[in-house]
Amino acid sequence: MDMPTAWPLWRMLALALALLLGLACAQPVLAQADPDREAATAVGGVSPDTWRQVRSGEVGPNFRDSRADSTYNLINASGESWRQLRNRWVSPFGLIAVGGMIVVIALFYVIVGRKDLSEPRTGRKLLRWPLVVRSIHWTVATLFIVLALSGLNLLYGKFVFRPLFGDAVWGAMISASKVAHNYLGPLFGILLVVLLARVLKHNWPKRHDLAWFRQGGGLVGKGHPDAGFANGGEKLWFWLLATAGLAVVASGFVLDFPNYGQSRDTMQWANIIHAVGALGLTAVALGHIYIGTIGSEGSLEGMTTGYVDETWARDHHNLWYEEVKDQAIPEEQLAAGRPAPDGGDEAASRPG
Amino acid sequence: MAQMKFMCDAERCIECNGCVTACKNANDVEWGIQRRRVVTLDDGEPGEVSISVACMHCDDAPCMAVCPTDCFYKTDDGIVLHDKDLCIGCGYCLYACPFGAPQFPKQNAFGERGKMDKCTFCAGGPAESKEEEYEKYGANRIADGKLPLCAEMCSTKALLAGDAQTVADIFRQRVVQRGHADGGWSGNPRADADNLAYDATRQG
Repeated sequence: MDMPTAWPLWRMLALALALLLGLACAQPVLAQADPDREAATAVGGVSPDTWRQVRSGEVGPNFRDSRADSTYNLINASGESWRQLRNRWVSPFGLIAVGGMIVVIALFYVIVGRKDLSEPRTGRKLLRWPLVVRSIHWTVATLFIVLALSGLNLLYGKFVFRPLFGDAVWGAMISASKVAHNYLGPLFGILLVVLLARVLKHNWPKRHDLAWFRQGGGLVGKGHPDAGFANGGEKLWFWLLATAGLAVVASGFVLDFPNYGQSRDTMQWANIIHAVGALGLTAVALGHIYIGTIGSEGSLEGMTTGYVDETWARDHHNLWYEEVKDQAIPEEQLAAGRPAPDGGDEAASRPG
Repeated sequence: MAQMKFMCDAERCIECNGCVTACKNANDVEWGIQRRRVVTLDDGEPGEVSISVACMHCDDAPCMAVCPTDCFYKTDDGIVLHDKDLCIGCGYCLYACPFGAPQFPKQNAFGERGKMDKCTFCAGGPAESKEEEYEKYGANRIADGKLPLCAEMCSTKALLAGDAQTVADIFRQRVVQRGHADGGWSGNPRADADNLAYDATRQG
């Protein structure tokens, strides 16, 4: 019965003791209310090291970003490098490369002119490119031109067409360029690989290719240097496409599929590789187009009809001609719709 | 004309994300997009610091420089805006931006990102009508003579928005009155106990 009266007294004592203890512990804390002492022990302000870390783009383990799924650091340090590379280097030098190539080709055509056949045509034809290669070639070529034009528009269009046509036309133009580029690009990439695989057998480098280059493909000295099914220049174009071309395709895939969540930095590099490679290939492609069309007599028909004249074959691909000359068929027979049973690049499967 | 700027005082930001919420609300921003973000450095450690970031309306804006469509423009108030009708969603502004400000509603195959969205300093954007402007870009508080809602609602007044000179004056005043050697952000080695906030007091 006396328990209830004893409890409050015991509690009061305990409470007093706790209060006293608390007061004792609180003394140093209260003393810190003095501004001088507080400043002496306070955690310093944001240190220069913090900002150096931010500037370097580095993200520590205790970095938090309130934005959902954000993978961004506070300062995108590589963004400015990408901008400078693209705007100060890739853009002007790409223009110099492509524009310079156009000027050089025009001058060459005016001064040197077309490469004519050395003798009159014999009228006997050799199958050079079967239908399947021609189909893939022209599809890849068309896609290349569409991609080159839309790509050039994405890089330079705003300086030309926006002031020229106004926002409405420009808006439609650049939007179409982007859509065409992004959807046709992967198709080009796949077909380029197919084409490269199909003509790889002709393009293994040979010793006589060195002589071909030493003679500038026939420009230096007199007479045609030796060449098999593909000459040194064609092999160079092949290997450019097999290296730089595939790099452009690969970097294009990186840029075209942001759904895989590749980082901003990855896409900056992909963009530079893509632009440098594509501008370089566009410049070289102008040379390829020139030689294949108005630059040399009798070349284009090989890729349109599939057949070339004996004289052309002897002029440009003497080693190949020696292999297949007995398969030549008169053009009358071709016109009558009775082409050679086999031949073309199949018959020349011996690499050369 | 004014030169509009944001400034976040990292000594004051308490990572409440009020600015983020205010912005979402004022501009009715699309789902998945957050025009303002709060970054915390060294979270949970001594020296932890938070800072609110959005488009900083750069003088020499990298997004403007790299845009293939040239859809960006600068208003007379120094605000960087963009035309969503011209935007093709290529993502270049995102590659270049120092602050991660440009965002895209989608991230799909074949570079389908949709139209870029970013902070407009609550200044809307190019449109035929007020409704269209609100639909595409959000509020145009500047036209009503008001500052961005994020800064207006900042509970600690860490985030300041307005003319660069005014913002700088307020911050300078703070640095001087804080009264400790490193009152600003800079860790200025010339500032010491006898010469508080050295550079701040010597600015014009």
